[in-house]
Amino acid sequence: MGAPATVQLEGQSLTCAGEWRLPGVAALEARLEQLSLPRGRLEISGEALEGLDVAGARLLHRLVSRVEAAGGEVNLHLCEEHRRLLELAARVRRPERLHEPRESFLSEVGRVSWEHWWEFRGFLGFLGEVVAEFARRLLRPSTARPRRFLNELEQGGVRAVPIVAVLSFLVGLVIAYQLSTALDTYGATVFLPELLTTTMLRELGPLIVAILVAGRTASSYAAELGTMKINEEIDALRTLGISPFDMLILPKLLALIFALPLLTVLAGLSGMLGGALVNWAVHEQGVTAFLQRLPEGMSYRHFWLGLVKAPVFAAVIALIGCRQGLRVKRGAGGVGQATTRAVVQAIFAVIVINAVFSIIYNLQGL
Amino acid sequence: MTRPAGQEPHIELEGLRFQRDGRPIFEDVSLSIPRGKVTAIMGPSGTGKTTLLRLVTGQLLPERGSIRVDGQEVTGIGREALYRLRKRIGFLFQHGALLTDLDVYENVAFPLREHTQLPDCLIHHLVMTKLQSVGLRGAARLMPSQLSGGMARRVGLARAVVMDPELVLYDEPFAGLDPISMGVIVRLIREINEALGLTSVIVSHDIEEVSQVADWAWIIADGRIIAGGTPEELRGEESPWVRQFMHRLSDGPVPFHFPARDYPEDLREVPR
Ligand SMILES: Nc1ncnc2c1ncn2[C@@H]1O[C@H](COP(=O)(O)OP(=O)(O)OP(=O)(O)O)[C@@H](O)[C@H]1O
Ligand SMILES: [Mg+2]
Repeated sequence: MGAPATVQLEGQSLTCAGEWRLPGVAALEARLEQLSLPRGRLEISGEALEGLDVAGARLLHRLVSRVEAAGGEVNLHLCEEHRRLLELAARVRRPERLHEPRESFLSEVGRVSWEHWWEFRGFLGFLGEVVAEFARRLLRPSTARPRRFLNELEQGGVRAVPIVAVLSFLVGLVIAYQLSTALDTYGATVFLPELLTTTMLRELGPLIVAILVAGRTASSYAAELGTMKINEEIDALRTLGISPFDMLILPKLLALIFALPLLTVLAGLSGMLGGALVNWAVHEQGVTAFLQRLPEGMSYRHFWLGLVKAPVFAAVIALIGCRQGLRVKRGAGGVGQATTRAVVQAIFAVIVINAVFSIIYNLQGL
Repeated sequence: MTRPAGQEPHIELEGLRFQRDGRPIFEDVSLSIPRGKVTAIMGPSGTGKTTLLRLVTGQLLPERGSIRVDGQEVTGIGREALYRLRKRIGFLFQHGALLTDLDVYENVAFPLREHTQLPDCLIHHLVMTKLQSVGLRGAARLMPSQLSGGMARRVGLARAVVMDPELVLYDEPFAGLDPISMGVIVRLIREINEALGLTSVIVSHDIEEVSQVADWAWIIADGRIIAGGTPEELRGEESPWVRQFMHRLSDGPVPFHFPARDYPEDLREVPR
């Protein structure tokens, strides 16, 4: 490294020295901005320059243009090599992009909505493809891959058991606490088991499971398929005459559809357990008493109404994860984006579908 | 365009047109690949050699033109037929494209396990023979992440031929190999070809190796076939395109640069 870049102004002459190179350009630019250039003729001597690169030449060119714009005249003393570099820098035009008008708020809203609409249509398209493929497979069950299915079942289902159990237990506990405080005011604590059943079995249990699985599994599907896409593994499968659908998507989809209802049952049970614990601690009623309070028939209904949602959630989560993974374009950043999108879309979809279910149940008077 | 004489074609391309993101890769490509021979496809980097192989296996669809493999049109066939066709084609990917969650052994065994009902001991035998022939029998239990680039490609090669396909497409089998394994692979391709009478297509830049192994070579540049002939014929070819390529001249009609705007224009100031 040579001496740092310097400029010195004495009367009508400016002396440049040192290394006018990229590392020093920022400091040099600030220094040049501060210079109050004299009117009229300016002598710039660059013979003492130890080095010049395109960035430095660009600064020098800007200095020259500044003087000329102010009506002055410049006399440059440069060695031949540096002069050529300066010419190259002078040919560089300002980008037109600078003059591009900023997007208005309204057009941004429009564009984003349009993009979301296309995203949704893309998903529907993918769903259609999968259903068609699936129907074709039903005719020939020999293409099934039990080993892959079991493997996915372990990854997406069995491994999620501890976290689902613990979290829904805690949620059940908290809800029971809140409910019993509220019910206490009216002396209606006997209704605690009933209310708890509705919330845990019908609403919160399925939702907790779906959101957990969306976070755990949709992301891992997207990352797995995305990485395989980038490594050309998906292409390799195709050229080996193996459909990625059979090998990757179908086992994941079926495993999740199978696992999610079971996890939902688990979540309901451990949530109820948490509630029973609160009931025992606060109201000093044993678990048997708690169970006896459960209105018969009623809890079965809630249980089934909750359970019906699980496979739908599962299918949507698996499909969103797979679709985002398969859409990855080249590059590691693409995988990151795909996982994020997968999780966000999956959770969003789960909550929206849950709302739709609620509306339907209500309309049906269930 | 000249064609390899006296041979029934295994692959035939006619009037092929293909573009990517609006940029034409092939304008009008016609070529034929004789059955049972080793044919090389050469050309500068980025001209679409890999793309050509992908078109042949039906991974990409051309905009126009026909692609016939074994007399069968690839562009219009149904999925089932396409997958059946692919089972008869071995494909060596430029970067190996091994399945990363299987080890070397399982990668090579994969097509056998998928497409055949062979007993395990036979599969073992086949896999070990193929690994031996690429010099990687000792690496059977390594995972793909533990391999070097050249090793991965050799495993890819073993996997490409493990089903004894009728047609093998090699995408740059020699790149990144040391001279010794290069020699081994050249011999291997030749041997596989002669012993099994299969058709081989090699994409490569290595003129020396191609001359040793290929019966016929096509040179692609700028979206077109610019020459075809035996390696000896191409060496003697007068056209500046071919001369530049065969004699490794940096100056000539073949562009080294990816199509771009004016150089100074790309050097312009960073937008603020
Ligand atoms: N997925 C893709 N999307 C868009 N363009 C692509 C894609 N893959 C390749 N291309 C473009 O297609 C052209 C041909 O690519 P291809 O990989 O076939 O080149 P190649 O001849 O195999 O080069 P090399 O010898 O370097 O492997 C390149 O210019 C590349 O930019
Ligand atoms: Mg290539």
